[in-house]
Amino acid sequence: MTEGEGRGYTADEMMTVAASRRLGDGTVCFVGIGIPSQAANLARLTHAPGCVLIYESGTIGAKPEVLPLSIGDGELAEHADSVVSVPEIFNYWLQAGRVDVGFLGAAQIDRFGNLNTTVVGSYEEPKVRLPGAGGAPEIAASAKEVFVVLRQSRRAFVEKLAFVTSVGHAEGGDSREGLGYTGGGPSVVITDLGILEPDPETRELTLVALHPGSTVEEAREATGWDLKVAENLGTTEPPGEGELRVLRDLKERTAAARKEKVG
Amino acid sequence: MAEITGLREAVAGLVGDGDTVALEGFTHLIPFAAAHEIVRQGKRDLTLVRMTPDLVYDQMIGMGAAKKLVFSWGGNPGVGSLHRFRDAVERGWPLPLEIEEHSHAGMANRYVAGASNLPFAVLRGYVGTDLPKVTPTIEPIACPFTGEELTAVPALNPDVAVIHAQQADRKGNVLLWGITGIQKEAALSAKRVIVTVEEVVDAFEEHTFGIVLPSVAVDAVCAVPQGAYPSYAHGYYARSNAFYEAWDPIGRDREKFRGWMERHVLGVEDFSEHLRSIRQEGAMG
Repeated sequence: MTEGEGRGYTADEMMTVAASRRLGDGTVCFVGIGIPSQAANLARLTHAPGCVLIYESGTIGAKPEVLPLSIGDGELAEHADSVVSVPEIFNYWLQAGRVDVGFLGAAQIDRFGNLNTTVVGSYEEPKVRLPGAGGAPEIAASAKEVFVVLRQSRRAFVEKLAFVTSVGHAEGGDSREGLGYTGGGPSVVITDLGILEPDPETRELTLVALHPGSTVEEAREATGWDLKVAENLGTTEPPGEGELRVLRDLKERTAAARKEKVG
Repeated sequence: MAEITGLREAVAGLVGDGDTVALEGFTHLIPFAAAHEIVRQGKRDLTLVRMTPDLVYDQMIGMGAAKKLVFSWGGNPGVGSLHRFRDAVERGWPLPLEIEEHSHAGMANRYVAGASNLPFAVLRGYVGTDLPKVTPTIEPIACPFTGEELTAVPALNPDVAVIHAQQADRKGNVLLWGITGIQKEAALSAKRVIVTVEEVVDAFEEHTFGIVLPSVAVDAVCAVPQGAYPSYAHGYYARSNAFYEAWDPIGRDREKFRGWMERHVLGVEDFSEHLRSIRQEGAMG
């Protein structure tokens, strides 16, 4: 995590804030752990108090005081509107189309927003064995839209995925539609450098905004394919004082809660 | 009907070498005490089934109890890798580990089919991913009414399901509340069921988001206080996130791991001694 040059916030904070802003009030959001969970809770504590956070452990309307380390921390059930079984959360909620936004991270992404969280290298003899699918394939399949959050680098933004764990816009164009999925796929990818959105026709991820201080060269350098850049390239509004205060408070509360002794 | 018995007797009588065993509990109520007992009794060649292998299977895999793992997400939540799982998959240590991997929805539906005595479950998913290329238990299926193409996954019917719950009554009915995950389906899909509980009580009180697994669906109930530690039991104790973080350097190193398991699992009589042993050592190293 690098401190923005004298900007008073880090690149990760910019990424988290930018992701949280995309979440509208009242949205039903299926949340993954890590930056997606930070961003979703930041949204809930700032501009979107009415968003309904769902974690795959079965908690609906979770309102954690501190950030959960896992998707099933007790914190999530404590103040939830409801807690349902795992089959119910996947079948009746996600597959049934009751989720507006799925919030995902990944180890690798390609130009059409397909995601890999399974292996790097070959499947039979992996260089790195990653945790695997979890609920990501079905979130990518069935959420009305998907927000992807991950740091931009050549290791992560690759020409060809080692493994397709979750489908984004498949081979581009209307190819996703042929797969029978009811959800719309990734509508935005938020990185530490800027914001990418799929082209309306080709569905190829296109850089549409840079965070303050980032450059197109930097974004191209951190992308393993020839990155398309929008003609009207925007600049992200830097994190506001209120956003930073709430985010940092949340992280401090979380760190303090984790200091309990082992055993 | 469930018999209220000791964990050692339950594992000795109900878990056999070569069995397919599902220890379930979605982050909450993970049956660590039962896993340790299975390791202490030296059970071998197990097919371990679990949506999230977690530290509980990292320990069992690292001790060579498993020949195969059926799973959907194999990480240390919020921390990183399960190093014993990775070592087994990437380098075959201590034994090669066959894997069969699904997504969460796939696994959840496989248990539902198993509990329903159906041969397979149907869901929307997997299409366009690489999972069907590496997992033979994923097949396309056409809806007989509309022709729509969907995905079929076979039922899971483990020989033994093991879960942890907050309470049982004296008849062996089991009460769990909070995040109840996939435990009901896992128990009802299995041929034999072991439940460890925080305590055996005379009568249950009302709990929000609670479910009762009737005694007729359970074979053995064993009282093991804190038997889900370092995961948690809602209403009893919190998840030890610190333990999950401290596990990373232990699990990362083969010798450190072996030493830890020898001191705190093989070298103790039961789970209460295990808890004393790790507390005495103070830090997790």
